[in-house]
Amino acid sequence: MANCHKIYFVTNVIVSSLGVLTSNGNHCVTIFLYNLTYILNRLLMEKIFQKLALSSASIVFIILVGIFITLLSSSKLAIDEFGFDFLVNPDWNKEVVINPDVSNTPVVSELKSDEIVDEDDGMIEDEDEMLFDEDDESDVQTKTIYGGLVPIVGTVLTTLIALIFALPIAMGIAVFLAEIAPKNISNVVGIAIELLAAIPSIIFGMWGLYYFAPIVSDLVGGYQVSLLTAGLVLGVMILPFMAAITRDSMNTTPGVLKESAYALGATKFEVIKDIIFPYSKTGIIGSIILALGRALGETMAVAFLIGSIFVLPTSITSPTISIPVAMANNFGEASGLGESALFYLALILFVISFGVISFAKMYFLKKAK
Amino acid sequence: MRLLVNKLFLTFSVLSALIGLAFLGWILVTLFIKGLGSFHFSLFLNDLIDGGLRNLIIGQFILAGLAAAIGIPLGMAAGIYIQEYGKGRYASIIRDLSDIMMSAPSIVIGAFVYAVVVVPTGGTSGFAGAIALAIMMIPVVINTTDNMLSLVPRELREAGVALGASKYRVILDIVIKAAKIGIMTGILLAFARIIGETAPLLFTSETSNYFSLDLTESFPSLTVSIYDLANEPEESSRDLAWAASFILTVLVLIINLTGRFFTRNKD
Amino acid sequence: MPVMKIKKFSFTYPGVDHPSLRNITLPIEKNKITALIGPSGCGKSTLLRSMNRIHDVYSGNKYEGKIELLDFETNQRNNILDIKKENELIKLRQQVGMIFQKPTPFPMSIFDNVAYGLRIAGLKNKTELADRVEQALKDGALWKEVHDRLGKSAMGLSGGQQQRLCIARAVAVKPEVLLFDEPTSALDPISTGAIEELLVELKKDVSIAIVTHNMQQASRISDYTAFMYLGDLIEYDKTENIFLNPKEKRTEDYITGRFG
Repeated sequence: MANCHKIYFVTNVIVSSLGVLTSNGNHCVTIFLYNLTYILNRLLMEKIFQKLALSSASIVFIILVGIFITLLSSSKLAIDEFGFDFLVNPDWNKEVVINPDVSNTPVVSELKSDEIVDEDDGMIEDEDEMLFDEDDESDVQTKTIYGGLVPIVGTVLTTLIALIFALPIAMGIAVFLAEIAPKNISNVVGIAIELLAAIPSIIFGMWGLYYFAPIVSDLVGGYQVSLLTAGLVLGVMILPFMAAITRDSMNTTPGVLKESAYALGATKFEVIKDIIFPYSKTGIIGSIILALGRALGETMAVAFLIGSIFVLPTSITSPTISIPVAMANNFGEASGLGESALFYLALILFVISFGVISFAKMYFLKKAK
Repeated sequence: MRLLVNKLFLTFSVLSALIGLAFLGWILVTLFIKGLGSFHFSLFLNDLIDGGLRNLIIGQFILAGLAAAIGIPLGMAAGIYIQEYGKGRYASIIRDLSDIMMSAPSIVIGAFVYAVVVVPTGGTSGFAGAIALAIMMIPVVINTTDNMLSLVPRELREAGVALGASKYRVILDIVIKAAKIGIMTGILLAFARIIGETAPLLFTSETSNYFSLDLTESFPSLTVSIYDLANEPEESSRDLAWAASFILTVLVLIINLTGRFFTRNKD
Repeated sequence: MPVMKIKKFSFTYPGVDHPSLRNITLPIEKNKITALIGPSGCGKSTLLRSMNRIHDVYSGNKYEGKIELLDFETNQRNNILDIKKENELIKLRQQVGMIFQKPTPFPMSIFDNVAYGLRIAGLKNKTELADRVEQALKDGALWKEVHDRLGKSAMGLSGGQQQRLCIARAVAVKPEVLLFDEPTSALDPISTGAIEELLVELKKDVSIAIVTHNMQQASRISDYTAFMYLGDLIEYDKTENIFLNPKEKRTEDYITGRFG
């Protein structure tokens, strides 16, 4: 069948040119052939178009599956080596001595890490010094272990802080845009909020580090680069998303419903609390979860502000690290097991994001579009 | 009492809006002051090796442009499939997967492209970076095409069919045209987003101090260089990073606002 | 002589278990206007939309019976329900045109709108296109109003003008039958009057079937009327008989306004 299509396509080209040449084309055979090839050409085009559209759509599927497979295979080394311990081990890039005299139990030597905190720009550089117990010097086997607990904790905590900070403000903005402001102001402020969302994340990093973080640490003490400052800037970043989606959700509340409540003498607050919020509940929760998904994967702003050290935070104002930042900082120089460990982190992040967003979609699905 | 609660709540709401605006203003003012402070026109004439930003700005546009050249046709075709041809399950699965990809961590996409493009080809390249950006753009274009097409009334499609047009002609001649403005806005907004991205480029195309049009090597990127410059100890590097941030933000906001300009009458 | 014969036609929508049309038998007479009237939900639009198989834009429909269309060249009747190939469906729609309740101008210029059906049928010659467009706009009683702005967007026309544009667009491909699905229900009384006049003119060249919920309209312009109720054809006759001397009680009740 495909060959027939090709023949007719070529014939069409020839006959079309013939048609042009014979201008008004009164020749019956020409017209007949022309029509015939035109019809078949149209069928061919329809099939081609459909196939193209289908292939493009399938590419999405392929990419997503591809990402998952690639992450799995690239992290296989680390998964085989560390298994689920990776999720609870706080030691990253720690050289471990395996004492061959004692049967199979590794003895962990104390390693001293010198961490230099550069006060000007908060970037931290590691310098490891290794101390060996002199008795074991002769027959020393070492291996490097990686544990992902610190970045995982950092990712989760910064996201949580961002959510707690952003949620009330985002809801307040949404209410303002949907119910309080007159149409003109609502449009302008709405656009301003959406512009906040458009600002590239690296800009948030720059501004956050040099202007926002100093103020925060002045107010609450602690380091300028910390869980708190990273979380807060992350919050400012997800603020516009939550506000915009919540506003859109609230705007779907039917006017007659609101009017009925007002007609009974309810205050604006009561209408929002009792009518609008319950009505747009699923949309609001969906927006929160979606913002959560975004916050989990945010790299650049957090990279500037979190401190980038593989140490569990002792307080909310101490520096630590998150998964995207761990990747951003170490990917360039990593190789072998270290690189695989980074992929393992990426896999964990991907699975968490995927799970969170799928969950949000299920919630959204209840609100039929 | 009720009135008091109401008043408090409304005040809180207005305050929140002000806080949101304040953050926006704060960031923009900061950029303006620090950026303009380090700004001079030679930035557009020199490359990074000479302390300018020319190669980075051009490079970022080329990367984003190439990503758009890949992402827009693919995204639109896929969006058309979902809305116009999709039958049941497969189409809605693709739609869901696309939404999930929209929020996928950009650094993970960078790692993916690293593994499948950079490693096999033996090194970082502009192509890899553009591919990473394209992967980020495709789901957004799909989403916008899908939504805009769904707004076209079905009678318009039926009228086309009633005249004897085949399906692909109805889609191309009538439906896409009717949704044209919305789709264009969506595409512009998507472009504005990827031109500001850093993470996907970090290990795929990195950056370069020199002017380059060679997409097979590390390729100059404004965003990645801002990150590098900010990490350097010298004050001058930091100043340059601010100037670059200012220019980047202005660019992104202009593209974003241009996109909105097209749909200004739709409200 | 009927240009279309509907014989024992039943239709079921996808996913529904009972048919929306049951055993309809009805002719569409050549160069006459046939009106389909009845209360909401009686199936008149469903029947109309079967006559150009526009239902098949959506899959899963069940047809029974026959709808025979007279082929003017061969003088044979072909059952359009037998058509399976996309290509022949396209040809059917070039023979049986449709105008919808809501005016549906395409997002293009006035000229391009009217020329659309011709272009997709393969007509490329610019002079011929221009002639056909002019003729169609004249047939659609729109030429005088738009002849000096054919390049302007069709979206700038008023509702009544847009509907006449849709009529001109449908007429341009010279169909044998034109189906009108409540063409004036979205229009003001003056535009309605203009279109009713137009229909009476058009029947010289095409055969017309019109669905209307406006009984006065049916009695004004149609030659034959079919009254439908809950998926059945209750009565079909010359219009004056239906309105002055209905045979069925339900017809009489509907005409006199007892229900619907």
